[in-house]
Amino acid sequence: MSLSSAFFAIIRRDLILALRRRSEIANPLFFFVLVITLFPLGVGAKPHLLQAIAPGIIWVSALLAAMLSLDSLFRSDFDDGSLEQMLLSPHPVSILILGKVFAHWLVTGLPLLLIAPLLAVFLGMPNESLSVLLLTLLLGTPVLSLIGAIGVALTVGLRRGGMILSLLVLPLYVPVLIFASNAVEMAAGGLPISAQINILVAMLLMALVLAPWPTAAALKMSMS
Amino acid sequence: MLFSNLDFTLHSRQVLLLEGKNGSGKTSLLRILCGFREPDTGEVRWCGEVIDSAQYRTDMAYVGHLDGIKKELTVLENLTVSLALAQKGAHTIQEALARVQLADFDDVPAQALSAGQKRRLSLARLLITRNCLWILDEPFTALDKQGIALIEHLMAEHCDQGGMIVLSSHHDLHVPTVDLQRIRLA
Repeated sequence: MSLSSAFFAIIRRDLILALRRRSEIANPLFFFVLVITLFPLGVGAKPHLLQAIAPGIIWVSALLAAMLSLDSLFRSDFDDGSLEQMLLSPHPVSILILGKVFAHWLVTGLPLLLIAPLLAVFLGMPNESLSVLLLTLLLGTPVLSLIGAIGVALTVGLRRGGMILSLLVLPLYVPVLIFASNAVEMAAGGLPISAQINILVAMLLMALVLAPWPTAAALKMSMS
Repeated sequence: MLFSNLDFTLHSRQVLLLEGKNGSGKTSLLRILCGFREPDTGEVRWCGEVIDSAQYRTDMAYVGHLDGIKKELTVLENLTVSLALAQKGAHTIQEALARVQLADFDDVPAQALSAGQKRRLSLARLLITRNCLWILDEPFTALDKQGIALIEHLMAEHCDQGGMIVLSSHHDLHVPTVDLQRIRLA
C-alpha cells in the first residue's frame, strides 16, 4: 500500500481507538477545566488580578494537560507489540509517527481549543484577546504534542518514566509558553502581536519537520 | 554473552529452527534478524546487503511474543491496518481469515478472542502481506493440536512457494516436505 494510505490508516486507527476508550479524550480535558476553575477559588474575588493572569493560567494548564496526555501516545502500542509492527513497516517510520501525533493532537489538543473560549470568559478575559488565545493554542498545542513525542519515545521502555518524561519535556515547552501567553497579554493591551505569532508559526513548522526523526530514532532505541 | 561464532545462510524453500533452553538467546537472535537489535559484532545480510533497508522490511514479516493486535479493534480492522502498513500479498483479508479458521470472526473485537485465536489472527497477517521471509518467535504458543497442524501446513505451503522461515520453538516441527536446518543455542 502507498505511504499516504498507511498515513491515513494510522490516523483512522488511532481515532477509532480513542473513541472506544473515551477516557483518553476526557482525562486531559477534565484536568484542564478543573485546574482553571480552581484558580478563581484560590485567588479569591479579585477579578482584575484574575483577568491579568488569565493567559498564563490557561497556557500553563494547557501545557500540563498536554503532559498528562502524552503517555498514551505510544504506551499501548508498545505494550501490545503494535509498535514493533509499525517499525517493521517498509514505509518511513517518521511519517507514520507524524500520523500518530496528528491523531493524538486531534484527540487531546483540539478539545482544549474548543473549551478554551468558555474558560477565558470565565476568567474575565477581554474579548479582543480571545481570538489571539485561540490562535496561540492552535499553533502551540501541536508543538507540545510533537516535542512531547520525542520524550515519550525515549521513556516508553521504562516502567516508571513519568517523572523523567516531565523533566525532559517541560523545559522544551517553556519557549512555547512564553511566546504564547505573552501574545495573549499583549493583545489584551491592544499591542501588536505579529512577532510572537511569527515565532510560534516558525516553532510549529520546525517541530513538524524536525521532531519525527528523533522520535523514530528514540523508538528504535526503546525497542532494542 | 549469549552466543558467538554464529554463521548461517538461509535459502529459498528452507526453514531454520532455533532450539535451546529458556534464556539461551533465541528471541535475542530473532530480534537481531528483525533489525531491532544490533549484534555486538558481525552483521546480518539480506540478498548481500545489510538489513537496514526498506526492501528488507518489505520482504520480511515478524510475529513475536507480543501479538501486535489492538484489542479494542475488530479482527477486520486489525488486519486492515496491518495491510496498510505493508505491501499487498497473495491473499485477501477474507481468504486469510478463512485459512486460519477465523472466517466468521471479522466483526468480533479482538479482546473477545481466546489466546489461541489471537495467535492465529497475528499469523493471518503473514498471509495478507507480501513477504518471503517469516520470522516467528514461538509461533505455537497457546495453539491447540489442530492449530499447530494448521500453522505447520501454512509454513510448508509458504516454503513450497519459494518462501523461507526462521523460527524458534520448543515443539518439534512436523513438516516433512521442507528442508529443515537446526541451530541449537547452548
